[in-house]
Amino acid sequence: MRIEEHPVLNFERGEKVSFFFNGQEVEAYPTETIAAALHALGVRKLGESPELHRPRGLFCAIGNCSSCFMTVDDEPNMRVCVIKVKPGMRVEEQHGKGVICL
Amino acid sequence: MNQVEIMVIGGGPAGLCAALAASSLGAKVLIAERDDIAGGQLVKQTHKFFGSEKQYAGDRGIQIGQMLLDNAQADPNIEIWTDSTVLGIYEDGIVTVEHEGAHAKIKPERIIIATGAAEKFLSFPGNDLPGIYGAGAVQTLMNVAGVKPAQSVLMVGAGNIGLIVSYQLKQAGVEVSAVIEGLPTIGGYLVHASKIQRAGIPVLTRHTILEAYGDGKVEGAVIAEINEKWQPIPGTEQKIPCDAICLAVGLSPLTELAWQAGCEMAYIRELSGHVPIVDDYLETTRPGIYCAGDVSGIEEASSAMVEGRLAGISAAASLGFGKEQVEELQKAAMSELDELRAGPMGAHIRLGLEKVAAKGGSKICS
Ligand SMILES: Cc1cc2nc3c(=O)[nH]c(=O)nc-3n(C[C@H](O)[C@H](O)[C@H](O)COP(=O)(O)OP(=O)(O)OC[C@H]3O[C@@H](n4cnc5c(N)ncnc54)[C@H](O)[C@@H]3O)c2cc1C
Ligand code: FES
Repeated sequence: MRIEEHPVLNFERGEKVSFFFNGQEVEAYPTETIAAALHALGVRKLGESPELHRPRGLFCAIGNCSSCFMTVDDEPNMRVCVIKVKPGMRVEEQHGKGVICL
Repeated sequence: MNQVEIMVIGGGPAGLCAALAASSLGAKVLIAERDDIAGGQLVKQTHKFFGSEKQYAGDRGIQIGQMLLDNAQADPNIEIWTDSTVLGIYEDGIVTVEHEGAHAKIKPERIIIATGAAEKFLSFPGNDLPGIYGAGAVQTLMNVAGVKPAQSVLMVGAGNIGLIVSYQLKQAGVEVSAVIEGLPTIGGYLVHASKIQRAGIPVLTRHTILEAYGDGKVEGAVIAEINEKWQPIPGTEQKIPCDAICLAVGLSPLTELAWQAGCEMAYIRELSGHVPIVDDYLETTRPGIYCAGDVSGIEEASSAMVEGRLAGISAAASLGFGKEQVEELQKAAMSELDELRAGPMGAHIRLGLEKVAAKGGSKICS
């Protein structure tokens, strides 16, 4: 859920855009990171641990801890807490360690 | 390869003040900041700051950050790269940066490391469930993105950060079920504690978290009272339903770059972890590399700003800028640091700095 009223802060979000989460079209603001946008949509689980398959969500939200790895436009291991939403972007839960195509 | 006079790594209060001070003596500075805006921790601090007026106490953290940033942006000697993570500092003094999707190499004459801190973690069963957040993450979600981190939060830690973030959650319309703290007393300032208590949030001292539970995400926590040996007292367990658990259990200096650069390091508990050994002018044991702010010991924005200034002056002076003003400027900064660290709240910092001095550094004022 987004904060609509705040005693100190004012949020300027601009126009909504759409992107794809696990193949489904969803909406968010381009000023938001992917992690914040998914959170606003109620999505907490961003992926799973590569070996024990335990659910993973964000922890630090500043690109420090690597807890939020997802696959973005086919590229695995992206820290979605520091990547902004772009129209048409494809964001997927990552399973396993991910393969980097060079 | 880019040639730079002074490179500042990290654009928080320490980094911005370092750049402004060095530039005021005539040096050219490049700031590399990992985030998409500079300001560091200050961009999330909606509360009014403590300290003395010299360090803008009474203003909100976000206002202080904006003011420093405006000054730096208006300064023709300062260039700011955002979205730019510094990856390494090599033996030959070359700094590598991920900048605009490419790998940039820079050859600075002096380096100031001002990378700040990272949050500490706690071990308990279920601590990897989605919904276990660092206090900084909660602040980023609600104060930067404007997204509610949860409906109901259990806060772990009643130091200043735990108290302030609890209050900020309340302001954002999120319920805080309780603040728990292992120590017998609240660690944060009384003003922050009273605000929390007035808001009707219970602060449970001598309590710890035993586990987080939930199916695929946090649905609650089990907490218990602890004895003097920090052991849970049987029979005192209680379930706290919540959809997020916020850990505010301290920060540790973000020192990877100092380690990699080969700076001599020491574990100093009072400064919250391994810190680089620095001299009076904040130069590390690797000549030409300085450290300022939380990276050399967790303190506050006020001291981070003054340390930044001292490192900026000293780095510029070592390149021949400033000449006769330098000594006076350095002395002024050192005595401001002294003032900030005076009194009972600064006692552990003073002890920590004495330990640094004993290890051969002398980041000790007066
Ligand atoms: C909830 C809370 C409340 C606080 N309240 C107060 C208060 O009332 N009064 C007070 O004085 N202080 C307060 N503080 C403390 C204060 O915010 C910090 O002490 C201060 O921000 C430290 O400044 P810094 O510049 O050292 O680090 P930071 O502000 O953490 O800045 C470090 C910067 O470096 C960047 N960085 C890190 N690694 C890299 C890299 N490899 N490459 C490029 N950039 C990098 C980071 O993105 C960040 O922007 C509070 C802190 C918190 C969390
Ligand atoms: S949540 Fe820590 S790196 Fe993204």
